Amino acid sequence: MQDEIDSPQHHVDSAGTYVAVLVTLLFLTILTTAVAYVDLGYFSTVIALGIACTKMLLVALFFMHIRHSTKLTKLVVVGGLLWLAILLLLTLTDFATRTWIGVPGR
Amino acid sequence: MQLTAEREHYLNASYGLKSWLLTKDHKRIGLLYLFTITLFFFIGGAFATLIRLELLTPQGDLVSDDVYNRLFTMHAIAMIFFFMIPSIPAVLGNFFLPIMIGARDLAFPRINLLSWYLLVAGGAFALFAMIAGGVDTGWTFYTPYSTTYANGWVIATALGIFIAGFSSILTGLNFIVTVHRMRAPGMTWFRMPLFVWANYATSLIQILGTPVLAVTIVLLFVERVFHLGIFDPARGGDPVLFQHLFWFYSHPAVYIMVLPGMGVISEVISTFSRKPVFGYAFVAFSSVAIAVLGFLVWGHHLFVSTQSAFAGLVFSFLSYFVAIPSAIKVFNWTATLYKGSISFETPMLYAFGFIGLFTIGGLTGLFLAALGIDIHVTDTYFVVAHFHYVMVGGTIMAFLAGMHFWWPKITGRMYPEGWAKLSALIVFVGFNLTFFPQFILGYMGMPRRYHAYPPEFQVLNVLSTAGASVLAIGYLMPMVYFTWSLKYGKVAGANPWGATGLEWKTASPPPVHNFDETPIVTHDAYDYSTVHGEEIQVG
Ligand SMILES: [Cu+2]
Repeated sequence: MQDEIDSPQHHVDSAGTYVAVLVTLLFLTILTTAVAYVDLGYFSTVIALGIACTKMLLVALFFMHIRHSTKLTKLVVVGGLLWLAILLLLTLTDFATRTWIGVPGR
Repeated sequence: MQLTAEREHYLNASYGLKSWLLTKDHKRIGLLYLFTITLFFFIGGAFATLIRLELLTPQGDLVSDDVYNRLFTMHAIAMIFFFMIPSIPAVLGNFFLPIMIGARDLAFPRINLLSWYLLVAGGAFALFAMIAGGVDTGWTFYTPYSTTYANGWVIATALGIFIAGFSSILTGLNFIVTVHRMRAPGMTWFRMPLFVWANYATSLIQILGTPVLAVTIVLLFVERVFHLGIFDPARGGDPVLFQHLFWFYSHPAVYIMVLPGMGVISEVISTFSRKPVFGYAFVAFSSVAIAVLGFLVWGHHLFVSTQSAFAGLVFSFLSYFVAIPSAIKVFNWTATLYKGSISFETPMLYAFGFIGLFTIGGLTGLFLAALGIDIHVTDTYFVVAHFHYVMVGGTIMAFLAGMHFWWPKITGRMYPEGWAKLSALIVFVGFNLTFFPQFILGYMGMPRRYHAYPPEFQVLNVLSTAGASVLAIGYLMPMVYFTWSLKYGKVAGANPWGATGLEWKTASPPPVHNFDETPIVTHDAYDYSTVHGEEIQVG
């Protein structure tokens, strides 16, 4: 009946994997803090966001079991990210273009 | 199906306050929501009454300008966040979505009860703020006024909305999981009633949009309380950023309010023309299309806000696309009527009202999506009239259509048909008398949100206030005869309208677990060959 839902796979990663992910997350936290003390100009933000996204992916894929989840669950995750992209992109059509053809009333 | 005094149903299965406040039955929770939103409807209505009384005369004589600001703010907050957003999904959706797909309850009954408590808790904060002196920012909380200058109960109100938002998110989550996992055998996606499709699409918006509102309120909080520079240009923020974040939720919120109403109209139009909804799949997918496209157009609220001209072009262009799925629905409802066996019971009258008024509201929305016209009528009564045609002429008409349609199922009693038809007529006349003059006022340039106005606008304002009085009578009448019908109404059978949905195949009122045996669905939705005295097949 509910054929669009894959049968849930009860796959669990080994304890070693979880420890490895945890260590990586802790390392990335230290890295974020360390980088904050170095002035990289424009790239400070890029690197900080890059590390944050990596951590987010690790948590979602391993701790939240997305890696072994059904297609529907993965679709939900992708949908959430897509909507975040809509929020950022369409907001940027304003902030990034205020110099193009101007702002009404200015 | 004969109703006997002894038959157990969800209303008489247990008694006492505790049996209601701790219930996990989606039907009882739906009724808890009904009481809550009705309270807020009358609070919002009281504010509207004061607004219309003030506007009876050009002078600002009944209330001061400051009080007036608070009145229109609290009118909107009560009506939008605590009445209309929960109205159709949380009352009718809660009650009927599980039954219409043949389920015994929602997927998460306890979370369902929690969502009601969250709405009550959020409502308590908002109510406290109203009683303590109110808030004057407008329901949109535009910065930097709301974060720096406003001296009303901004935080208490915003916190109330924040909490109520989680009620909305959890209801959406519950509906989505229920539709995916709880459908009865044979209830395929394309056999689902269109009311279920509409609520499914609405739930997507609730889940994808409401968290952004929550984030926005948190940002407003940290700027107002901790003075962090996010929106205040004096502290390095950007006030237009607030408007982007706010309308990312609040434009789609219009569809949270109107999409479930469209679902009701599909059910009613089909039932009272005894025909399957024309272009079923198109109507189903147009709900999802509205949910998705609704997220791409929010910048049309920012045309005069120092948003870039380029963004204005993009958002104006995208806004027109929402008209396509909306028009698909209106045309398909009309096509459903064609050669139908139409009868004019009360729900159908309200549905006709919806189609006409929503169409006017939607089409004037296209005027407003056009950059040039929008700049002319921004912040005038044209905008006020437009969104009241969508929200009051659309959502509330649909809510009343649904309430009349399903009242026999909810209570097991019929309401007095003559009085109900009269109420539908009074609401329709009162509504148009209230809001049509506002289109003209706005076009003539009367700005919104002022308690005084030039004398030449008085005639149209008097008409509008007169219409509001008629409308108020139209809204009070169902309150009275619905209550009356609980004791004196004719006992309703299982299927008084000869409708096709699974909800009509179980007793009125339904048993605690909705069906004595799980139904097996063998036909498409709106297949009237299944109606004539047939019982649902059980397996
Ligand atoms: Cu909008």
